[in-house]
Amino acid sequence: MSSRDRKKAVEHLQGIIDLCNSIEAKGRDPFTVDVDEVISAIKKHLGDWKSFEELCLDAEAVDGLSSLIKLQSDWIKDRSTSLYRDPFLLGGIIKKAPNEKIAEVFLKAWHPIVELEQMSAEMLLLAMQYWKGLLPIDERWKKQENVSTPIGFISREELVRNKIISEKTFNTELNELWNELKQDAESGEIRYQDFIYADTFIETIKRAYLTSFLITYGYATLKFHESENEIYIQPIKAPKGKLDSKIQSISIPISISMDDWRKSRKGVIKN
Amino acid sequence: MKRKIFYVGKLKNAAHLLFYKHHIKPGVKGWELKKSLGPDYPKIVELLNNYLSPLNMEVKTVSEEGELPEKPTLDQLDKARFYVTIKGNLDQKEVKATGWRIDDISGLAVAVSHIISQGGKAPREEVEKLLREKLPEWRISQSIDRYIRGGYLIEDENGLLYLDWRSKAEINQKTLIDSLLEIKD
Repeated sequence: MSSRDRKKAVEHLQGIIDLCNSIEAKGRDPFTVDVDEVISAIKKHLGDWKSFEELCLDAEAVDGLSSLIKLQSDWIKDRSTSLYRDPFLLGGIIKKAPNEKIAEVFLKAWHPIVELEQMSAEMLLLAMQYWKGLLPIDERWKKQENVSTPIGFISREELVRNKIISEKTFNTELNELWNELKQDAESGEIRYQDFIYADTFIETIKRAYLTSFLITYGYATLKFHESENEIYIQPIKAPKGKLDSKIQSISIPISISMDDWRKSRKGVIKN
Repeated sequence: MKRKIFYVGKLKNAAHLLFYKHHIKPGVKGWELKKSLGPDYPKIVELLNNYLSPLNMEVKTVSEEGELPEKPTLDQLDKARFYVTIKGNLDQKEVKATGWRIDDISGLAVAVSHIISQGGKAPREEVEKLLREKLPEWRISQSIDRYIRGGYLIEDENGLLYLDWRSKAEINQKTLIDSLLEIKD
């Protein structure tokens, strides 16, 4: 197919799309289009399309044609209803009949809605009371001024009491936990749960959180004992990094549930 | 006696809800009546209808989703809109009290009947062409805009006109078309 023929075929397809769209948009008689002829035109060029754009155009033409067929079906349905009357006949009557006669006929079919927009004395009284109590707009929309308070001092004890800062620093807490781990792991390691479980669940979570930092910073390591299916924690006596340098790069999630904690504390504490 | 007082109260409430304009559109939705009158609101509406009938008024139920069946379900009624309309016909003297000019009414009749005859939608230019036969040029666009503002017609982005909610509530389409066809030369 020469490029000239291809251009002509694309134009033909575009023409079909425009025709279908205009009939739908303008509400014109959909039977003015010969569907069979359009289908054979689309079919004729189908094998010639190669580019993505051409195939899209072909699909659009088929879509337009299917909308047109739906319009034809609606058209037939409408004509089969009791309301259908020949528009040309009706148009002729409307053109011939005087305005007064058309209005007279319309009045037979017109039943206007009855509605009230009446103000009652009670409503007026309520509205007056509301108006009296309403602050002037300047006062209602007054800008909120910035409230300044004099500069003061707050003691460290007060901040700790209000739980704004912790009594111990994070590093101190980590250090204390590391020392505890070294003491508890007499044989070189200790079961993870045995180490982190405390008397309260909140404390347990806190210990697990701090322990995760000990592992990340290289102050402890985790070992999995396959025979027991248990995780053990081992303190590293001579760590390579400082207490704020990241060594461990693998994340190992270990779940801590309240139920497990309760079971393990059975006999140790009373819930 | 208590039962009678109960229903009189409900009837009064129903009348206030239906007559007074609460929203941009007049009338109330079924669910609004249900909220205020209780689940047996169709019965109260029917009672109100009996009271309104001698006054040439009736409660009309219009569905925005299509035509309501003869015996609608409670769910269909909840979604429908209820209006009070004039039951019988208005004569030309009464029409003057509504504030409509005779030309405006005939223009609306032409627009509505043309749209009905075209299957529910018609291009604005076609309606304008029909109105041009009887009305001065300067009033044509003005009249169509008035019908649109009033809720009788609605126009889409393609310039097609459809019947809007007020036409569906106020105009008996079959009577209009049949009456127009009966006009003799």
